[in-house]
Amino acid sequence: MALRFEGVAYAIAASETVLQTLLRHGVPMPHSCTVGACQICLLRSVGAAPPAIAQQGLRDTLRQQGYFLACQCPAENRMELMLPRVSEVFFRALVSVKERLGQDHCRLLLTPTADLEYRPGQFLNLRRADGLMRSYSIASVPRCDTMIELHIQRRREGAMSQWIIDTLQVGDAIDIQGPNGACFYLPDRKQDPLLLIGTGTGLAPLMGIARDALSGGHQGPVYLYHGSQSMAGLYRRPQLTQLAAQYQNFHAHFCASGSDVESDCIAGRANDIAFARHADLSGFRVYLCGMPAMVYAAKKMAYLHGAQMQDIYADPFENKDLRDAPRN
Amino acid sequence: MSASLYEQLGGAAAVDAAVDIFYRKVLMDPKISAYFESVDMDAQRAKQKSFLTMVFGGPTAYTGRDMRTAHAALVKRGLNGSHFDAVAGHLQATLEQLGVAQPLIAQVMALAGSTRNDVLGL
Repeated sequence: MALRFEGVAYAIAASETVLQTLLRHGVPMPHSCTVGACQICLLRSVGAAPPAIAQQGLRDTLRQQGYFLACQCPAENRMELMLPRVSEVFFRALVSVKERLGQDHCRLLLTPTADLEYRPGQFLNLRRADGLMRSYSIASVPRCDTMIELHIQRRREGAMSQWIIDTLQVGDAIDIQGPNGACFYLPDRKQDPLLLIGTGTGLAPLMGIARDALSGGHQGPVYLYHGSQSMAGLYRRPQLTQLAAQYQNFHAHFCASGSDVESDCIAGRANDIAFARHADLSGFRVYLCGMPAMVYAAKKMAYLHGAQMQDIYADPFENKDLRDAPRN
Repeated sequence: MSASLYEQLGGAAAVDAAVDIFYRKVLMDPKISAYFESVDMDAQRAKQKSFLTMVFGGPTAYTGRDMRTAHAALVKRGLNGSHFDAVAGHLQATLEQLGVAQPLIAQVMALAGSTRNDVLGL
Protein backbone atom coordinates (compact mmCIF):
# COMPACT_ATOMS: atom_id res chain seq x y z
CA MET A 1 0.00 0.00 0.00
CA ALA A 2 1.60 3.23 -1.13
CA LEU A 3 0.86 6.60 -2.62
CA ARG A 4 3.09 8.42 -5.05
CA PHE A 5 4.18 11.99 -4.45
CA GLU A 6 6.24 13.77 -7.10
CA GLY A 7 6.93 10.36 -8.64
CA VAL A 8 8.24 8.75 -5.44
CA ALA A 9 6.34 5.96 -3.66
CA TYR A 10 5.62 6.30 0.07
CA ALA A 11 4.13 3.42 2.08
CA ILE A 12 0.90 4.36 3.80
CA ALA A 13 -0.31 3.24 7.21
CA ALA A 14 -3.89 2.59 8.29
CA SER A 15 -6.18 5.61 8.84
CA GLU A 16 -3.53 8.19 8.00
CA THR A 17 -4.00 11.45 6.16
CA VAL A 18 -1.87 12.23 3.14
CA LEU A 19 -0.11 14.90 5.21
CA GLN A 20 0.68 12.39 7.96
CA THR A 21 2.07 9.90 5.46
CA LEU A 22 4.38 12.46 3.88
CA LEU A 23 5.56 13.92 7.18
CA ARG A 24 6.19 10.44 8.58
CA HIS A 25 8.52 9.78 5.64
CA GLY A 26 10.36 13.04 6.28
CA VAL A 27 8.96 14.93 3.29
CA PRO A 28 9.19 18.65 4.22
CA MET A 29 5.53 19.30 3.45
CA PRO A 30 4.40 22.85 4.25
CA HIS A 31 1.48 22.72 6.69
CA SER A 32 0.07 24.72 9.54
CA CYS A 33 -3.43 24.38 10.98
CA THR A 34 -4.02 20.67 10.10
CA VAL A 35 -7.76 21.21 10.44
CA GLY A 36 -8.57 22.16 6.86
CA ALA A 37 -8.57 25.92 7.30
CA CYS A 38 -5.29 27.51 6.25
CA GLN A 39 -4.85 25.80 2.85
CA ILE A 40 -1.08 25.77 3.21
CA CYS A 41 -0.85 21.98 2.67
CA LEU A 42 -2.48 22.24 -0.74
CA LEU A 43 -1.60 19.40 -3.15
CA ARG A 44 -2.71 18.33 -6.59
CA SER A 45 -4.09 14.91 -7.50
CA VAL A 46 -3.19 13.67 -10.95
CA GLY A 47 -5.78 11.35 -12.45
CA ALA A 48 -8.35 10.34 -9.83
CA ALA A 49 -10.44 13.16 -8.33
CA PRO A 50 -9.67 13.72 -4.66
CA PRO A 51 -12.44 13.01 -2.11
CA ALA A 52 -14.93 15.85 -1.59
CA ILE A 53 -14.07 16.15 2.10
CA ALA A 54 -10.50 17.11 1.20
CA GLN A 55 -11.70 19.86 -1.16
CA GLN A 56 -14.02 21.66 1.23
CA GLY A 57 -13.46 25.39 1.25
CA LEU A 58 -11.42 25.44 -1.94
CA ARG A 59 -12.47 27.67 -4.78
CA ASP A 60 -14.05 25.97 -7.80
CA THR A 61 -11.13 26.53 -10.14
CA LEU A 62 -8.76 24.79 -7.76
CA ARG A 63 -11.19 21.91 -7.19
CA GLN A 64 -11.55 21.31 -10.89
CA GLN A 65 -7.79 21.14 -11.26
CA GLY A 66 -7.62 18.37 -8.67
CA TYR A 67 -6.35 20.45 -5.76
CA PHE A 68 -7.08 19.26 -2.23
CA LEU A 69 -5.90 19.68 1.36
CA ALA A 70 -3.40 17.02 2.42
CA CYS A 71 -4.40 17.33 6.09
CA GLN A 72 -8.02 16.43 5.30
CA CYS A 73 -7.41 13.64 2.79
CA PRO A 74 -7.28 9.97 3.82
CA ALA A 75 -4.16 8.37 2.33
CA GLU A 76 -5.13 5.77 -0.22
CA ASN A 77 -3.28 3.20 -2.23
CA ARG A 78 -2.07 4.31 -5.68
CA MET A 79 -2.81 8.00 -5.22
CA GLU A 80 -0.72 10.06 -7.65
CA LEU A 81 0.05 13.41 -6.07
CA MET A 82 2.01 16.48 -7.06
CA LEU A 83 3.00 19.80 -5.51
CA PRO A 84 0.87 22.77 -6.53
CA ARG A 85 1.83 24.61 -9.67
CA VAL A 86 2.84 27.99 -8.36
CA SER A 87 1.30 29.72 -11.38
CA GLU A 88 -2.10 28.14 -10.72
CA VAL A 89 -2.30 28.74 -7.01
CA PHE A 90 -0.31 31.88 -6.35
CA PHE A 91 -0.20 35.27 -7.92
CA ARG A 92 2.12 38.17 -7.42
CA ALA A 93 1.65 41.22 -5.32
CA LEU A 94 3.95 44.19 -5.00
CA VAL A 95 4.85 45.74 -1.68
CA SER A 96 3.60 49.32 -2.09
CA VAL A 97 3.93 50.55 1.48
CA LYS A 98 5.74 49.19 4.47
CA GLU A 99 5.24 51.02 7.73
CA ARG A 100 7.05 50.05 10.89
CA LEU A 101 4.86 50.30 13.99
CA GLY A 102 7.33 50.17 16.84
CA GLN A 103 9.97 47.48 17.27
CA ASP A 104 7.92 44.43 16.57
CA HIS A 105 5.05 45.31 14.28
CA CYS A 106 4.70 46.44 10.73
CA ARG A 107 1.93 47.17 8.34
CA LEU A 108 2.19 46.07 4.72
CA LEU A 109 0.15 47.45 1.86
CA LEU A 110 0.20 45.13 -1.13
CA THR A 111 -0.90 45.77 -4.69
CA PRO A 112 -1.87 42.49 -6.35
CA THR A 113 -1.09 42.08 -10.03
CA ALA A 114 -4.48 40.48 -10.64
CA ASP A 115 -7.97 41.24 -9.32
CA LEU A 116 -8.33 39.95 -5.80
CA GLU A 117 -11.89 39.65 -4.52
CA TYR A 118 -11.85 39.28 -0.79
CA ARG A 119 -13.79 40.04 2.34
CA PRO A 120 -12.09 41.90 5.17
CA GLY A 121 -11.14 39.40 7.88
CA GLN A 122 -10.23 36.63 5.44
CA PHE A 123 -6.58 35.71 5.17
CA LEU A 124 -3.89 35.31 2.53
CA ASN A 125 -0.99 32.90 2.44
CA LEU A 126 2.27 34.68 1.65
CA ARG A 127 4.99 32.66 -0.01
CA ARG A 128 8.64 33.60 0.01
CA ALA A 129 10.70 32.60 -3.05
CA ASP A 130 12.18 29.61 -1.19
CA GLY A 131 8.73 28.22 -0.40
CA LEU A 132 8.36 29.47 3.17
CA MET A 133 4.68 30.22 3.75
CA ARG A 134 2.59 31.94 6.41
CA SER A 135 -0.99 33.16 6.73
CA TYR A 136 -1.88 36.80 7.36
CA SER A 137 -5.33 38.28 7.86
CA ILE A 138 -6.63 41.16 5.78
CA ALA A 139 -7.25 44.48 7.52
CA SER A 140 -8.29 46.49 4.46
CA VAL A 141 -11.78 46.98 3.05
CA PRO A 142 -12.33 46.89 -0.74
CA ARG A 143 -14.98 49.63 -0.46
CA CYS A 144 -12.50 52.03 1.17
CA ASP A 145 -8.99 50.91 0.27
CA THR A 146 -7.20 50.31 -3.01
CA MET A 147 -4.46 48.16 -1.52
CA ILE A 148 -4.44 45.08 0.68
CA GLU A 149 -3.39 45.74 4.25
CA LEU A 150 -1.72 43.12 6.44
CA HIS A 151 -0.26 43.43 9.93
CA ILE A 152 2.88 41.52 10.84
CA GLN A 153 4.10 40.89 14.36
CA ARG A 154 7.65 39.74 14.96
CA ARG A 155 7.71 36.24 16.43
CA ARG A 156 10.76 35.09 18.30
CA GLU A 157 11.39 32.06 16.09
CA GLY A 158 9.34 33.44 13.21
CA ALA A 159 11.32 33.09 10.01
CA MET A 160 8.66 34.82 7.92
CA SER A 161 7.77 37.64 10.31
CA GLN A 162 11.44 38.54 10.85
CA TRP A 163 12.11 38.46 7.13
CA ILE A 164 9.13 40.71 6.40
CA ILE A 165 9.96 43.19 9.14
CA ASP A 166 13.74 43.28 8.60
CA THR A 167 14.35 42.49 4.93
CA LEU A 168 11.34 42.83 2.65
CA GLN A 169 11.28 46.21 0.92
CA VAL A 170 8.90 48.47 -0.92
CA GLY A 171 8.89 47.47 -4.59
CA ASP A 172 9.60 43.81 -3.85
CA ALA A 173 7.22 41.18 -5.18
CA ILE A 174 5.76 38.36 -3.13
CA ASP A 175 3.50 35.44 -4.07
CA ILE A 176 0.11 35.30 -2.43
CA GLN A 177 -2.64 32.69 -2.34
CA GLY A 178 -6.19 33.22 -1.20
CA PRO A 179 -8.33 34.71 0.12
CA ASN A 180 -9.22 31.96 2.60
CA GLY A 181 -11.36 31.73 5.69
CA ALA A 182 -14.90 32.46 6.79
CA CYS A 183 -14.35 35.00 9.55
CA PHE A 184 -15.95 38.07 7.99
CA TYR A 185 -18.89 40.46 8.28
CA LEU A 186 -22.24 39.60 6.74
CA PRO A 187 -24.31 42.66 5.85
CA ASP A 188 -27.70 41.03 6.41
CA ARG A 189 -28.46 41.98 10.03
CA LYS A 190 -27.46 45.61 10.37
CA GLN A 191 -29.10 46.11 13.77
CA ASP A 192 -27.16 43.35 15.54
CA PRO A 193 -24.65 44.36 18.17
CA LEU A 194 -21.15 43.14 17.28
CA LEU A 195 -18.51 42.12 19.79
CA LEU A 196 -14.96 41.94 18.40
CA ILE A 197 -12.17 40.59 20.58
CA GLY A 198 -8.61 40.29 19.28
CA THR A 199 -5.18 39.88 20.77
CA GLY A 200 -1.96 40.87 19.04
CA THR A 201 -2.34 41.05 15.27
CA GLY A 202 -5.76 39.50 15.73
CA LEU A 203 -6.57 43.18 15.45
CA ALA A 204 -5.93 43.11 11.69
CA PRO A 205 -8.99 41.05 10.70
CA LEU A 206 -11.09 42.83 13.33
CA MET A 207 -10.21 46.26 11.91
CA GLY A 208 -11.21 44.95 8.51
CA ILE A 209 -14.48 43.58 9.86
CA ALA A 210 -15.27 46.72 11.88
CA ARG A 211 -14.56 49.11 9.01
CA ASP A 212 -16.46 46.86 6.61
CA ALA A 213 -19.50 46.94 8.90
CA LEU A 214 -19.33 50.66 9.67
CA SER A 215 -18.66 51.86 6.13
CA GLY A 216 -21.48 49.58 4.93
CA GLY A 217 -23.97 51.27 7.24
CA HIS A 218 -24.12 48.86 10.16
CA GLN A 219 -26.47 50.39 12.72
CA GLY A 220 -26.04 48.22 15.82
CA PRO A 221 -23.23 49.01 18.25
CA VAL A 222 -19.79 47.64 17.39
CA TYR A 223 -17.59 46.94 20.43
CA LEU A 224 -13.93 46.20 19.74
CA TYR A 225 -11.56 44.99 22.48
CA HIS A 226 -7.90 44.88 21.53
CA GLY A 227 -5.69 43.04 23.97
CA SER A 228 -1.96 42.70 24.40
CA GLN A 229 0.44 41.86 27.14
CA SER A 230 2.38 45.10 26.67
CA MET A 231 1.33 48.62 25.77
CA ALA A 232 3.56 48.40 22.67
CA GLY A 233 1.33 45.62 21.37
CA LEU A 234 -1.65 48.00 21.21
CA TYR A 235 -0.28 49.26 17.94
CA ARG A 236 -3.29 50.96 16.30
CA ARG A 237 -4.72 53.09 19.08
CA PRO A 238 -4.80 56.43 17.22
CA GLN A 239 -6.52 54.91 14.19
CA LEU A 240 -9.14 53.14 16.30
CA THR A 241 -9.76 56.23 18.39
CA GLN A 242 -10.25 58.19 15.20
CA LEU A 243 -12.68 55.57 13.89
CA ALA A 244 -14.65 55.86 17.14
CA ALA A 245 -14.83 59.63 16.64
CA GLN A 246 -16.12 59.12 13.10
CA TYR A 247 -18.82 56.54 13.96
CA GLN A 248 -20.94 57.02 17.06
CA ASN A 249 -21.82 53.33 17.24
CA PHE A 250 -18.18 52.21 17.30
CA HIS A 251 -16.46 51.69 20.65
CA ALA A 252 -12.79 50.71 20.89
CA HIS A 253 -11.21 49.51 24.12
CA PHE A 254 -7.55 48.77 24.72
CA CYS A 255 -6.56 46.14 27.27
CA ALA A 256 -3.07 45.37 28.52
CA SER A 257 -2.45 42.45 30.83
CA GLY A 258 1.08 43.48 31.81
CA SER A 259 2.37 46.38 33.88
CA ASP A 260 2.50 50.16 33.20
CA VAL A 261 -0.96 50.33 31.71
CA GLU A 262 -1.67 53.83 30.43
CA SER A 263 -4.66 55.75 31.69
CA ASP A 264 -6.80 55.44 28.57
CA CYS A 265 -6.34 51.65 28.58
CA ILE A 266 -7.78 48.93 30.79
CA ALA A 267 -5.62 46.64 32.91
CA GLY A 268 -6.45 43.00 32.31
CA ARG A 269 -7.05 40.48 29.58
CA ALA A 270 -9.24 41.56 26.70
CA ASN A 271 -11.59 38.59 26.83
CA ASP A 272 -12.11 38.81 30.61
CA ILE A 273 -12.92 42.50 30.32
CA ALA A 274 -15.19 42.08 27.32
CA PHE A 275 -17.26 39.29 28.88
CA ALA A 276 -17.55 41.15 32.19
CA ARG A 277 -18.93 44.17 30.37
CA HIS A 278 -21.18 42.22 28.01
CA ALA A 279 -22.64 39.55 30.23
CA ASP A 280 -25.64 38.87 28.00
CA LEU A 281 -24.59 38.15 24.42
CA SER A 282 -27.93 36.92 23.11
CA GLY A 283 -28.46 38.53 19.73
CA PHE A 284 -24.79 39.46 19.37
CA ARG A 285 -22.47 38.45 16.61
CA VAL A 286 -19.06 37.74 18.05
CA TYR A 287 -15.70 37.79 16.25
CA LEU A 288 -12.62 36.30 17.92
CA CYS A 289 -9.14 36.52 16.43
CA GLY A 290 -5.68 35.83 17.79
CA MET A 291 -3.76 33.10 19.54
CA PRO A 292 -5.63 29.77 19.63
CA ALA A 293 -5.79 29.43 23.44
CA MET A 294 -7.49 32.82 23.74
CA VAL A 295 -9.80 32.20 20.80
CA TYR A 296 -11.02 28.79 22.00
CA ALA A 297 -11.53 29.99 25.58
CA ALA A 298 -13.38 33.06 24.33
CA LYS A 299 -15.53 31.00 22.01
CA LYS A 300 -16.74 28.92 24.93
CA MET A 301 -17.31 32.03 27.04
CA ALA A 302 -19.26 33.74 24.25
CA TYR A 303 -21.48 30.68 23.93
CA LEU A 304 -22.05 30.43 27.68
CA HIS A 305 -22.94 34.12 27.71
CA GLY A 306 -25.76 33.41 25.31
CA ALA A 307 -24.35 33.93 21.81
CA GLN A 308 -25.64 31.45 19.24
CA MET A 309 -22.96 29.09 17.96
CA GLN A 310 -23.52 30.15 14.34
CA ASP A 311 -23.04 33.79 15.34
CA ILE A 312 -19.55 33.19 16.74
CA TYR A 313 -16.82 33.68 14.15
CA ALA A 314 -13.41 32.51 15.27
CA ASP A 315 -10.05 32.82 13.57
CA PRO A 316 -7.40 31.09 15.67
CA PHE A 317 -3.90 31.88 14.41
CA GLU A 318 -2.71 28.28 14.29
CA ASN A 319 0.79 29.19 13.24
CA LYS A 320 3.27 26.44 13.66
CA ASP A 321 6.81 26.33 12.47
CA LEU A 322 6.06 25.17 9.01
CA ARG A 323 9.26 23.93 7.53
CA ASP A 324 12.98 23.93 7.96
CA ALA A 325 14.20 23.02 4.51
CA PRO A 326 13.75 25.34 1.55
CA ARG A 327 11.92 24.03 -1.46
CA ASN A 328 12.14 24.94 -5.13
CA MET B 1 -52.95 5.96 16.68
CA SER B 2 -51.27 8.18 19.21
CA ALA B 3 -48.42 10.47 18.27
CA SER B 4 -44.87 9.28 18.96
CA LEU B 5 -42.88 10.66 21.87
CA TYR B 6 -40.80 12.67 19.40
CA GLU B 7 -43.93 14.23 17.87
CA GLN B 8 -45.45 14.94 21.27
CA LEU B 9 -42.27 16.73 22.33
CA GLY B 10 -42.35 18.89 19.21
CA GLY B 11 -39.89 17.11 16.94
CA ALA B 12 -36.82 18.83 15.49
CA ALA B 13 -37.91 22.24 16.80
CA ALA B 14 -37.94 20.86 20.35
CA VAL B 15 -34.43 19.49 19.88
CA ASP B 16 -33.30 22.90 18.61
CA ALA B 17 -34.86 24.59 21.62
CA ALA B 18 -33.24 22.16 24.03
CA VAL B 19 -29.73 21.74 22.66
CA ASP B 20 -28.25 25.09 23.68
CA ILE B 21 -29.86 25.04 27.12
CA PHE B 22 -28.59 21.51 27.68
CA TYR B 23 -25.07 21.99 26.28
CA ARG B 24 -24.60 25.23 28.28
CA LYS B 25 -25.63 23.47 31.50
CA VAL B 26 -23.15 20.68 30.82
CA LEU B 27 -20.28 23.09 29.99
CA MET B 28 -20.96 25.11 33.13
CA ASP B 29 -20.91 22.10 35.46
CA PRO B 30 -17.36 21.83 36.83
CA LYS B 31 -17.91 18.15 37.72
CA ILE B 32 -18.31 17.15 34.08
CA SER B 33 -17.30 20.04 31.84
CA ALA B 34 -13.82 18.57 31.25
CA TYR B 35 -15.41 15.66 29.41
CA PHE B 36 -17.26 18.01 27.10
CA GLU B 37 -14.58 20.57 26.37
CA SER B 38 -13.61 20.44 22.75
CA VAL B 39 -11.67 22.65 20.42
CA ASP B 40 -14.37 21.93 17.89
CA MET B 41 -17.41 23.20 19.76
CA ASP B 42 -19.59 23.06 16.65
CA ALA B 43 -18.97 19.32 16.33
CA GLN B 44 -19.50 18.84 20.07
CA ARG B 45 -22.81 20.69 19.93
CA ALA B 46 -23.86 18.58 16.93
CA LYS B 47 -23.18 15.47 19.02
CA GLN B 48 -25.38 16.79 21.82
CA LYS B 49 -28.06 17.40 19.23
CA SER B 50 -27.84 13.79 18.02
CA PHE B 51 -28.02 12.60 21.62
CA LEU B 52 -31.13 14.68 22.33
CA THR B 53 -32.78 13.50 19.12
CA MET B 54 -32.21 9.93 20.27
CA VAL B 55 -33.56 10.34 23.80
CA PHE B 56 -36.52 12.30 22.41
CA GLY B 57 -37.36 9.14 20.47
CA GLY B 58 -36.54 10.84 17.16
CA PRO B 59 -34.93 9.64 13.96
CA THR B 60 -31.29 8.94 14.68
CA ALA B 61 -28.48 6.88 13.30
CA TYR B 62 -27.02 6.44 16.79
CA THR B 63 -26.74 2.86 18.04
CA GLY B 64 -25.76 1.47 21.44
CA ARG B 65 -22.50 0.37 19.91
CA ASP B 66 -21.78 3.93 18.75
CA MET B 67 -22.41 5.18 22.28
CA ARG B 68 -19.99 2.58 23.61
CA THR B 69 -17.24 3.38 21.10
CA ALA B 70 -17.71 7.14 21.41
CA HIS B 71 -17.33 7.11 25.20
CA ALA B 72 -14.59 4.48 25.55
CA ALA B 73 -11.79 7.06 25.73
CA LEU B 74 -13.71 9.07 28.34
CA VAL B 75 -14.26 5.96 30.48
CA LYS B 76 -10.49 5.48 30.43
CA ARG B 77 -10.18 9.07 31.68
CA GLY B 78 -12.43 8.24 34.63
CA LEU B 79 -15.98 8.74 33.37
CA ASN B 80 -18.29 6.98 35.82
CA GLY B 81 -21.85 6.72 37.06
CA SER B 82 -21.74 10.02 38.93
CA HIS B 83 -20.94 11.84 35.69
CA PHE B 84 -23.73 10.02 33.89
CA ASP B 85 -26.17 11.03 36.63
CA ALA B 86 -25.03 14.65 36.43
CA VAL B 87 -25.68 14.74 32.67
CA ALA B 88 -29.05 13.09 33.19
CA GLY B 89 -29.84 15.74 35.80
CA HIS B 90 -29.06 18.50 33.29
CA LEU B 91 -31.27 16.80 30.72
CA GLN B 92 -34.16 16.68 33.18
CA ALA B 93 -33.61 20.32 34.23
CA THR B 94 -33.54 21.37 30.56
CA LEU B 95 -36.89 19.71 29.89
CA GLU B 96 -38.41 21.24 33.01
CA GLN B 97 -37.12 24.66 32.01
CA LEU B 98 -38.85 24.22 28.65
CA GLY B 99 -42.11 23.33 30.38
CA VAL B 100 -42.32 19.77 29.09
CA ALA B 101 -45.07 17.70 30.77
CA GLN B 102 -43.84 15.32 33.47
CA PRO B 103 -45.05 12.07 31.79
CA LEU B 104 -43.05 13.00 28.66
CA ILE B 105 -40.00 13.88 30.76
CA ALA B 106 -40.26 10.45 32.39
CA GLN B 107 -40.23 8.78 28.97
CA VAL B 108 -37.18 10.80 27.87
CA MET B 109 -35.35 9.98 31.08
CA ALA B 110 -36.12 6.30 30.61
CA LEU B 111 -34.63 6.40 27.10
CA ALA B 112 -31.58 8.27 28.41
CA GLY B 113 -31.21 5.75 31.23
CA SER B 114 -31.21 2.91 28.71
CA THR B 115 -27.89 4.19 27.34
CA ARG B 116 -26.17 4.00 30.73
CA ASN B 117 -24.34 0.69 30.29
CA ASP B 118 -23.15 1.58 26.79
CA VAL B 119 -21.94 5.03 27.83
CA LEU B 120 -20.07 3.67 30.84
CA GLY B 121 -18.75 0.62 29.01
CA LEU B 122 -20.40 -1.80 31.46
